[in-house]
Amino acid sequence: MGDFVLDRYDPGGFYCEMLRCAATAEIRDRLGRMAIDEFRRRAAGAEQALYNLGITFTVYTDSQAIDRILPFDSIPRVLPADEWDQIERGVIQRVTALNLLLEDLYNAQKILKDGLLPEDLILGNPNWRPLMRGLKVPHKAYVNICGTDIIRDEQGVFRVLEDNARTPSGVSYVIENRHMMLRAFPDLADGIGLRSVEDYGIKLVSAMRDIAPGNSTGDNANPEIVLLSPGTYNSAYFEHVFLAREMGVPLVEGRDLFVDNDRVYMRTTAGRARVDVIYRRINDDFLDPEAFRPDSMLGVPGLMRAYFAGNVALANAVGTGVCDDKAVYAYMPRIIRYYLGEDPIIENVQTNICREKASLAYTLDNLDRLVVKPVGEAGGYGITIGPRASRAELDECRAKLIDDPANYISQPCIGLSVSPTLIDGHVEPRHVDLRPFAITGESTWVLPGGLTRVALRRGSLVVNSSQGGGSKDTWVLE
Amino acid sequence: MSNPLLARYAECIFWLARQVERAENLARIIEVQETFARNRSGNRDWSSIVQLNADEDNFAEKHSVANAGNVIRFYVTDGDNPNSIKTAIRNARENARALRPLVSTEMWVALNVFYNRLNAIDEREVAPGSLSPLLEEIKQGCETFTGITEGTFYRDQAWYFYRLGRYIERADQTTRLLDSKYYVLMRDADIANLVNTGQWMALLRAASGYHAFRLLHQGDLTPWRVAAFLLFNPSFPRSVLLCVKEVDTAFTGLKSRYNLRGGNDVAEGLDQLRSILGTRSIDEVLASGLHEFIDFIQRYLNAITERLGAAFFGHPPVETPAWPDADQWPPFAADLQTQAQA
Repeated sequence: MGDFVLDRYDPGGFYCEMLRCAATAEIRDRLGRMAIDEFRRRAAGAEQALYNLGITFTVYTDSQAIDRILPFDSIPRVLPADEWDQIERGVIQRVTALNLLLEDLYNAQKILKDGLLPEDLILGNPNWRPLMRGLKVPHKAYVNICGTDIIRDEQGVFRVLEDNARTPSGVSYVIENRHMMLRAFPDLADGIGLRSVEDYGIKLVSAMRDIAPGNSTGDNANPEIVLLSPGTYNSAYFEHVFLAREMGVPLVEGRDLFVDNDRVYMRTTAGRARVDVIYRRINDDFLDPEAFRPDSMLGVPGLMRAYFAGNVALANAVGTGVCDDKAVYAYMPRIIRYYLGEDPIIENVQTNICREKASLAYTLDNLDRLVVKPVGEAGGYGITIGPRASRAELDECRAKLIDDPANYISQPCIGLSVSPTLIDGHVEPRHVDLRPFAITGESTWVLPGGLTRVALRRGSLVVNSSQGGGSKDTWVLE
Repeated sequence: MSNPLLARYAECIFWLARQVERAENLARIIEVQETFARNRSGNRDWSSIVQLNADEDNFAEKHSVANAGNVIRFYVTDGDNPNSIKTAIRNARENARALRPLVSTEMWVALNVFYNRLNAIDEREVAPGSLSPLLEEIKQGCETFTGITEGTFYRDQAWYFYRLGRYIERADQTTRLLDSKYYVLMRDADIANLVNTGQWMALLRAASGYHAFRLLHQGDLTPWRVAAFLLFNPSFPRSVLLCVKEVDTAFTGLKSRYNLRGGNDVAEGLDQLRSILGTRSIDEVLASGLHEFIDFIQRYLNAITERLGAAFFGHPPVETPAWPDADQWPPFAADLQTQAQA
């Protein structure tokens, strides 16, 4: 059998990331010359290596911890330079707008006074943190690390699906997937002008230095930076390890830190040591039992006191969750115009805000053609996909909408772009999205690439790792 | 300037080292027992391993008879037994997981692969009589990890805590290895049974000390020489004296290089222990009881561990400040005997 990788590949009616343009011709050629058996063998080797390296997320059952790897697909997703340029500018614009929004919301609240955002959407939001009112955040950078979920529709137009402005995860896969690809398929990448993803740790440290207390006055040339993790039992623990290593900073847990006289210290073999910046991978409400959930064992009592005293910086800032939920998302094009006077460089998916009467009516009339999403859920939960829902499911959705319209948005059902993917030894089209990562200190930098998530189930549009998604290496070309 | 080391990391690396060393020595102890059992005149009573680890109660909960099969399973593959090889490596891996930011990727991968291998042991591999290849593999797995650590672990504070753990555990385990055959060996020594030189050799082999011993004593193989070799030889890498010296060296290096304030009591205790090991003769030890001497050393090593915890791991101060008193030994040992009989 002389089958080659792309021989039997047919994307059907979807926009294909691999077949669509001239920029990917060289990679197509190389895949076209590679026997599928050979490809399969090397892909299996790459997966085993990921397992041995323990690049895993952990699933806990009653009796034991099971380490799973995020399924990795060896056929890369390729982005030519001009497309990346649009994404990069679009992400920077978006992050800039988010930071301006947060600065406004926690200070003057002009946008509320001008009536652009409904007040209750912000002030009644479970992620609104009133105690952040008036706090000065260095460089007004609230969202230091942002993951922007971007999809591509049937026409190949990029659209933002979601902003992740709290503690977005996945960047470790971007970098580990690249290492894996370059080891397993050096011949595929050789000489095609692939942009490196190696700088992430350095850029992250640099942003953390930017926001360190005393940085602007030059008082603190060598700030102590730490990464705060919920610990080894957290499903993203390996990403925390990865980032701490890339940054060269201690990976701490809440119990390693304490606050004395509004300053944060870590417990070391030589006694206490000052901590200046905390890249925290713990949600707001677990950070400090004195300020938030009193039952939190993960946080550090008194941390907020130190934060408000200006003795420690937190990344991301507290309270960013108010700007990245699905309700605020719907207003993002208006928010960008409001603060920046620009049109969005990457459009939203057209979104109907069900709290607005006309939108609700439209949604109810077109339920079988729309995707309905609750605004407060993450990870792809609670979504009704109209064209695939049963009569009963649609009725249930209708009832929920009428009962609590403000809790929902609706969007057209988009046929996400596809990418050739190795499935049981054959190459088939699977839907993908893209999460680029942006780091903001004094300015914003976007890692060239990002996490391409792939829905491994045939026809599935849900790419979340909790729901059977995998990942691909993302190749941005020079 | 060096990086600060989290107290929690120091404790994790200390125990990681101990757990790997412990797994290796458990394999050695089972190996020597198995060799003895194969010998016609050998000891088929496997309960000595259970006693050695003070596991009588735990063992009795699961097994009614201390036969080869039960004891082997209990110490090799039983994940519920806190003192089994499998548990030691699982704990080591959990510590390594917490230490991922610090240890080399190679160290992590080695332990990860080793642990997955232990999880995949099947029944046939632990059958009495065909156990040797598995024990060999376990020893090699541990030694591989030790070698990778030596070759890839950054020489920072954590490296010193790793060495402290490794050598404290090794010293402790050598005393257990010797203790495991002590009664049998002493009984047989009285009648100078020639057949038993085979058992002495097995003990030395399990400690990887046979050839070194031969270089030192061509021909003359007596119980007290073997005991002296395992306890006091200054060049044998598993002798108690050498291990304690290594602990002392690591500790002095740690204190001076990283300017750590705590742990002066540890230094004092190590001094005393070195001096005891350096000045006792094997005749003195045998006269007052080898087992009691071994027990004394184990207590000492425990006391050192406790004080390390108070000085560097963030544990509360040790409440009993006195060291096991060398001047009270052998009377100290006599007390113990009285207690045991009571």
